[in-house]
Amino acid sequence: MTRETVLNAILALLLLALPFAAIEAGEPFYVTLATRMAVLALAAAGLNLALGFGGLVSFGHAAFFGIGGYAAGILAAHAFNAEPLMTWPFEIGGSDQMPVIWLVAALACGVVALPIGAISLRTSGVYFIMITLAFAQMIFYFAISWPSYGGQDGLSITLRNGFPGLNTMVPTSFFLVCYGLLMAALLLSWRLRDSRFGAALQAARQNEARVAAVGIDPLKIRLAAFVISAMITGIAGALFADLTRFVSPSMLSWQMSGELIVLIILGGTGRLFGPVAGAILFVMLEFVLGGMTDRWQFFLGLILLGVVLFARGGVVGLIAGRPRHG
Amino acid sequence: MQTALFIEQLLNGIQFGVMLFLMAAGLTLIFGVMGLINLAHGSLYMVGAFACASVAAATGSFWLGLVASLAAAAAAGAIVEVTVIRRLYERDHLDQVLATFALILIFSEGTRWLFGSFPLYLNIPSLLQGAVALPGGVHYPLYRLAIIGVGLGVALGLYLLIGRTRLGMRIRAGESDREMIGALGVDISTLYTVVFALGAALAGLAGAMVGALQSVEVGMGEPVLILAFVVIVIGGIGSIKGAFVGALLVGITDTMGRFLLPGMLAAVIGPAKASGIGAALASMLIYIVMALILAFRPKGLFAAQG
Repeated sequence: MTRETVLNAILALLLLALPFAAIEAGEPFYVTLATRMAVLALAAAGLNLALGFGGLVSFGHAAFFGIGGYAAGILAAHAFNAEPLMTWPFEIGGSDQMPVIWLVAALACGVVALPIGAISLRTSGVYFIMITLAFAQMIFYFAISWPSYGGQDGLSITLRNGFPGLNTMVPTSFFLVCYGLLMAALLLSWRLRDSRFGAALQAARQNEARVAAVGIDPLKIRLAAFVISAMITGIAGALFADLTRFVSPSMLSWQMSGELIVLIILGGTGRLFGPVAGAILFVMLEFVLGGMTDRWQFFLGLILLGVVLFARGGVVGLIAGRPRHG
Repeated sequence: MQTALFIEQLLNGIQFGVMLFLMAAGLTLIFGVMGLINLAHGSLYMVGAFACASVAAATGSFWLGLVASLAAAAAAGAIVEVTVIRRLYERDHLDQVLATFALILIFSEGTRWLFGSFPLYLNIPSLLQGAVALPGGVHYPLYRLAIIGVGLGVALGLYLLIGRTRLGMRIRAGESDREMIGALGVDISTLYTVVFALGAALAGLAGAMVGALQSVEVGMGEPVLILAFVVIVIGGIGSIKGAFVGALLVGITDTMGRFLLPGMLAAVIGPAKASGIGAALASMLIYIVMALILAFRPKGLFAAQG
């Protein structure tokens, strides 16, 4: 076992233990905090596929986070009001079942990510960063000015959506749902990373010309990674909406995209458990600093700056050392 | 009346575009010369606006405020360059994005700390108050015309600075080969600080001038920053000419889209639906334009070499 494997196991157990320790200690509020960590880690794990393994710095993943959130909000609203989503050519109703919502969220994100990726991946470097940002802004402004689903004010979810066989209103049950999905996404990331697809994706990051020279089309590989990445982030968005029971355009904002990147860099770019480490640290910082001072964003900024300038490789890099292939 | 309104909106679009140019010129210079993507440029815009508003409130003179905004933004830019940005030139874009994102947090919260959460207001100087009659029966605010004038003046000044002066020659040399001009004895780190401060001063100027049209508040810089990024990406990163064309294109497209689209849609699908869809579409329009341009010219309209 390498140090990284040990660290990964510790991180996984730590996150799992947190809510139950909180209940034991009589501090049920921390369960919500742990759920927040798991959901943000899931969103960042999605982005990590594109950004970490593929080197595709998407500054627009809030779009998928938000689309997932709106999928949950809109389906739940239609189910709650018993209004069909559409009546023609056939009737489709809303849903308050999480698996259905996740499926819709993932599909919606995939459908949106495909054209965005196809256009954006024609560019590279800063242009890619900026064009993904522009697409996210497009969707952000669309959500703000589209009046049907709350516009600027957002959309409340009256009752948290259900999961077969579980009462999701119990905080620990909902945490376990989120944690389970996070682990599934990490398992998928791990299998993908070590597959032929993952090897081609990482090779394209390191040297695009050589990948093309051996007969692999980097564009297709990257597009597939981008779409899968968007779908995972979208499912995280649906969970986030259920966690806060509220969806608003702020989930689509560029600050959200920035936060997702922050999570990854804090944890360790391209490391399997980087998003988990990053989310645990970020939510803790937010909570601890927020409890100490109203000016917590100032100090968060200083800490982030310190991490970029002096602690390259993030938490995982700091503890487990550099990755085998840089 | 319709033409008068049309001309007024067109001028608004040009004024908006020119203001975006002031932001975009600094961004594109910094990217072109140092290869740095600077998200904190919007914070320098905010610093300029706050410096102008507070000095104008203390002394009663808008002009002193304007000088203060230039000085404060340039100083903030130089300090940030020397303490933080300098360490980022050799890093990849990801680190630059995160570090300058952190700078935004620091600047925004720091400004809120100093000035409180309430917006400041800045009055238009008495010299520039009132409206001017333009041909075609249009009355247009003198102050907005002045902004257009300043923006065009800055564009001309930058053109001359970069094309005709020794500093401009070094900037161009730095864009094409930084090792070589270092080897020829030019002090690169000073050059970089100067370019960064120059870009910051332009952003501060934009902030100060816009401060008299809208409220001066924390967070005012970021929406403009994102539009400025759209501008430089459309124009081609590193190209001042591209920034100018892109800024006018974005300014006019955005303003005219908001003005014309709802009406045009109303003719097609009826006024009830059109107001919602029209507004949604108008606010997405520049991003659609950007996506279209990048889909066909992935390096922007006036891509700089290399």
